[in-house]
Amino acid sequence: MLREEILKNIERDSRVDVHELAVRLGAADAEVINAMKEMEDEGIICGYHTMIDWEKTSMESVTALIEVRCTLQRGQGFDRIAERIYMYPEVKSVYLISGGYDLRVTLEGKSIKEVSSFVSDKLSTLENVLSTATHFILKKYKDHGTIMAKKSPDERQVITP
Amino acid sequence: MRDPLSKTIKGIKPSGIRKFFDIASEMKDVISLGVGEPDFDTPWHIRDEGIYSLERGRTFYTSNTGLKELRTEINNYLTRRIGVSYDPDKEIMVTVGGSEGIDIAMRAMLDPGDEVLIPQPSYVSYEPCCVLAGGKPVIINLKEENEFRLTAAELEEAITDKTKLLVLPFPNNPTGAIMERSDLEAIAAVIEKHDLYVISDEIYSELSYKGDHVSITQLPGMRERTVLINGFSKAYAMTGWRLGYACASEIILKQMLKIHQFAIMCAPTTSQYAAVEALKNGDEDVAQMRDAYNQRRRFLMERFKEMGLQCFEPYGAFYVFPCIKEFGLSSDDFAMRFVKEEHVAVVPGTAFGDCGEGYLRISYAYSIEALKAALERMEKFLKKLRG
Repeated sequence: MLREEILKNIERDSRVDVHELAVRLGAADAEVINAMKEMEDEGIICGYHTMIDWEKTSMESVTALIEVRCTLQRGQGFDRIAERIYMYPEVKSVYLISGGYDLRVTLEGKSIKEVSSFVSDKLSTLENVLSTATHFILKKYKDHGTIMAKKSPDERQVITP
Repeated sequence: MRDPLSKTIKGIKPSGIRKFFDIASEMKDVISLGVGEPDFDTPWHIRDEGIYSLERGRTFYTSNTGLKELRTEINNYLTRRIGVSYDPDKEIMVTVGGSEGIDIAMRAMLDPGDEVLIPQPSYVSYEPCCVLAGGKPVIINLKEENEFRLTAAELEEAITDKTKLLVLPFPNNPTGAIMERSDLEAIAAVIEKHDLYVISDEIYSELSYKGDHVSITQLPGMRERTVLINGFSKAYAMTGWRLGYACASEIILKQMLKIHQFAIMCAPTTSQYAAVEALKNGDEDVAQMRDAYNQRRRFLMERFKEMGLQCFEPYGAFYVFPCIKEFGLSSDDFAMRFVKEEHVAVVPGTAFGDCGEGYLRISYAYSIEALKAALERMEKFLKKLRG
């Protein structure tokens, strides 16, 4: 129970002070520290990342979602081909998907050209890849449960009974 | 010209929070901890049902008692949450917020001179509603040493042969106090003995942080003596939708319905459709908001401890009620200086009854970030006062 409570909180704000989190959850500091350590060791907590809206920076970047259809090799399933893809550092995520295609790959590059050449040179040429379809992201409205638009200010009356 | 006004209305004091409102709303960088409503938006699926009902053109009156579907869901909800059921056709009516229910319950039950016991500190409307209904308010001053719960002795002491009604406002605004089962059992005996009726305002029932909320209607013999008031404002963050409900025996509800019928006609239709969705699929939202409030509550209590500010631990609503007697200032002066010098708006305890003197109501219907910023200013202010 404490574990889930910790996860729900740090999923929203991984920088929360451990003591403050313990107070908020009505637990001792040590309990929270130990639970987090355990969950790191067990691979439940996989990292503490920062959500960035790169669009608001001067960094040029393009994100694409690529649908990949593959053939399978006997006894290897999708794991082998997924690994061939996810080892590239420019690949941000790889999911095995049910339905019309097999793998959904998120790719980040500096330009459309860079992404295109990754797809044509590296991805499509992989032995087990049958076809790819590349979709460029034009605008992110919501990511990781966070709405990108600026929050509207508190519109409540300042004092109410 | 003749005086256009009634003596009764002239005798009612305006709410004491007005002047703080005026000052605070002028300031640009004010942090308010003075709000009595949730900071969450109404969950989207509930809003969506409201929008859908408009798209479908459901813009007509409903029956006076409210949509049958909503009354059925209210009964399901009460059965599920407190194990007490009401006949949707005869014992449940949908009102314009909990406040309408309080008003019409008093008007339906009081004759001139009937005494109404009102424990304070409590919400600002009980006393004026009682006066407007021709009743005589008799205030019971609750004490911090009892965690602002109502004790059987306090109740017994206030009863006369004119006493008819007891208002039971728990979980409480402004103190955050709750009544546990044993507390309720103790006063139920007194209620029974003196043949009193009860208006139980349980609008904060979902915001209880020490086990599930206990309603007085759960105790033997109490359901028939009680008008249960609840609503959607606090549990589902739906204050602006103006929707509540009242449950009572048919004898009482039938008369309340007359007033509602002539004064209001029916509660807003859009809100009623949204509320059906809230009751059907909103339990998870309520649980999430309750968890968030509870985290803030614990955070505030810890910060008060660090500051050395005395405060009993409240287990309900979204208010804490710290004691400021050590500073030798009245609640009003403290709150006035606090807003002027540190730009933090809180509500003096006296806005909720004279016995709130020496206390402040601090709302935690704010993000942790806002609370942190406000408490930093508070720490600075307390240091200044302590010299």
